Amino acid sequence: MEEIVNLFHGFAVVVQPFNLMVMVVGIMLGVIIGVLPGLGGANGVAILLPLTFSMSPTSAIIMLSCIYWGALFGGAITSVLFNIPGEPWSVATTFDGHPMAQQGRAGEALTAAFTSSFVGALFAVIMITLVAPLVAKFALQFGPAEKFGVYFLAFCSFIGMSKEPPFKTVASMMIGFALAAVGLDSITGQLRLTFGYTELLTGFDFLIAVIGLFGIGEILLSIEEGLTFKGGSAGINPKVVFQTWAELPRYWMTSLRSCVIGCWMGISPAGATPASFMSYGIAKRVSKHGDRFGRGEVEGVVAPETAAHAAGTAALLPMLSLGVPGSPTAAVLLGGLLIWGLQPGPLLFVEQKEFVWGLIASMYLGNVVGLLVVLTCVPLFAAILRIPFSIIAPIILVFCAIGAYTVHNSTFDVVMMLVFGVVGYILKKCNYPLAPMVLAIVLGDKAEEAFRQSLLASQGGLGIFFSNGLVSSIMALGLIALFWPLISNALTRLKPRTAL
Amino acid sequence: MTDDSHGLRGAGPTQRSVEIGVTVAMAVFSLIVVAGSLKAGIGWGAEGPQAGFVPFYVGLMILGSSIINFGALVVERPDAQLFAEWGQLGKVMSVLVPTSIYVALVPWIGIYVASALLIAVFMRWLGRYGWGLVAAISIGVPLVTFVVFEKWFLVPLPKGPIEAYLGF
Repeated sequence: MEEIVNLFHGFAVVVQPFNLMVMVVGIMLGVIIGVLPGLGGANGVAILLPLTFSMSPTSAIIMLSCIYWGALFGGAITSVLFNIPGEPWSVATTFDGHPMAQQGRAGEALTAAFTSSFVGALFAVIMITLVAPLVAKFALQFGPAEKFGVYFLAFCSFIGMSKEPPFKTVASMMIGFALAAVGLDSITGQLRLTFGYTELLTGFDFLIAVIGLFGIGEILLSIEEGLTFKGGSAGINPKVVFQTWAELPRYWMTSLRSCVIGCWMGISPAGATPASFMSYGIAKRVSKHGDRFGRGEVEGVVAPETAAHAAGTAALLPMLSLGVPGSPTAAVLLGGLLIWGLQPGPLLFVEQKEFVWGLIASMYLGNVVGLLVVLTCVPLFAAILRIPFSIIAPIILVFCAIGAYTVHNSTFDVVMMLVFGVVGYILKKCNYPLAPMVLAIVLGDKAEEAFRQSLLASQGGLGIFFSNGLVSSIMALGLIALFWPLISNALTRLKPRTAL
Repeated sequence: MTDDSHGLRGAGPTQRSVEIGVTVAMAVFSLIVVAGSLKAGIGWGAEGPQAGFVPFYVGLMILGSSIINFGALVVERPDAQLFAEWGQLGKVMSVLVPTSIYVALVPWIGIYVASALLIAVFMRWLGRYGWGLVAAISIGVPLVTFVVFEKWFLVPLPKGPIEAYLGF
């Protein structure tokens, strides 16, 4: 009951005129970011973070989270019209979305995509409203060992669920941890890994890494592929919208399944991209028209879009309640919290009620606003994509540089951004996943602190991580997640035998 | 049959050789981390594990996984899959070189003038646009940025002699 009262307080905060304006601006910027190649949710939010420095934390998080919703919506536009996924999580949307556009059903595909995104997000927000306060309350009892357990679980799930070879994920993640360790050690106050360079005193900021790895790296990839945009027309009118809406309830089962997949993949840090693929794959297998998938089936748009948006939204649940972000973009939002002087974690629900519930309320409203904005402005956003790459690329580079500079007002960071960009380009081409590296840079210090405090309490014994039921089960879950590919392999091998 | 790296698709470094290079680079990086950790101390101190304790093992894990990744590459049969063609890498360099110069110029001439130059170079050199459009966009974008950041959101960005001359 208390949560409902809090949520209404949150709505009261959100409907203030300034916050509403910030919301619409955020959504518009987000869709533009989602549409443009080279700019994505994570680095887009990172670049625009300095714009929020002079705002109150609540307005700031509303703006940034709305940029995120906008980016989630925007990815679908380019997938359907141009067959170019603006975001990795909308790759699966191209499979059926683009064939529909080629058949002149672009309006139908876009309406289905946007509406499914909305449904997925709404499902995840309701889940966050109900579950997040409980998780936070529960997590308030956590000691250092349990905290480390949660980090351990998050990172193990990354290794176990990654599509890339596990040791590439490990290498990428550990490099992130090493970069996080550079600079002042928070426990002993000692300098480490700086090798006498004063620039390294403050360590590597993950925002720089995000802008470089995802922003600059992405531009280098796009230019190498020699992007040319050949798009279908972006006609969308009320008649098509209502016709599609009348048709969509038929796919309620696909929707519901995709919502659940999305929420699960979003909370465990697998993220929106695998969620969209998994949801598409399952829908194809289960659907009566599975054989028609890939040739312009509405269901093939509904499944990945619902799951991607549900996952993208659900990624905020662990970020808000535990301080462990479920995706790189959630990590950037968490970085924003630190900059605005808030301490992420379960205490947020106790000490910053207005902030937390303002954010949750803005998720409801932001997605409604987002749906209206994208449905009405599709031609406008599609026009942005027709701006030639040789104009848009340097402008994106300039914004990346500004974003990197403003993090610490340091030109050294701009240099680091470029270095991260080149590293990101090479690693991406060699199939090293970048998200674990970013999350390790964000969480490295906190995970290490929890680990060392636990060891201090136990005088060095690793037994503390299995000292009570709670921490043991978290650690056990982590180990299961880590070895999941081996376990599921063994299970599928066992099955035929039991059938005999 | 498989050796078509000099055939229709054009030449370039193979995926395998680049990936081997990456694993070697990671191993070198891990040794730097291990060396730095040893210097910070990896034992047990007054506040529990010393500052280098965690990074030391992190370094070892990077080393271990890069050796495994290296091994996997060496065992695998060499194929002719390219990392990228030289022409594609040339395109990448055509973005990377101006951007590097841009980043180097920012501390000296400020971000606004440098940005104008970067956009102008891109549009003129890669896009071959007319001077009118080049001037409009390369001056317009930094100007709008200036108003949004310095005036509207009060976030100062690096400025150089030209801005100083104009009194900002």
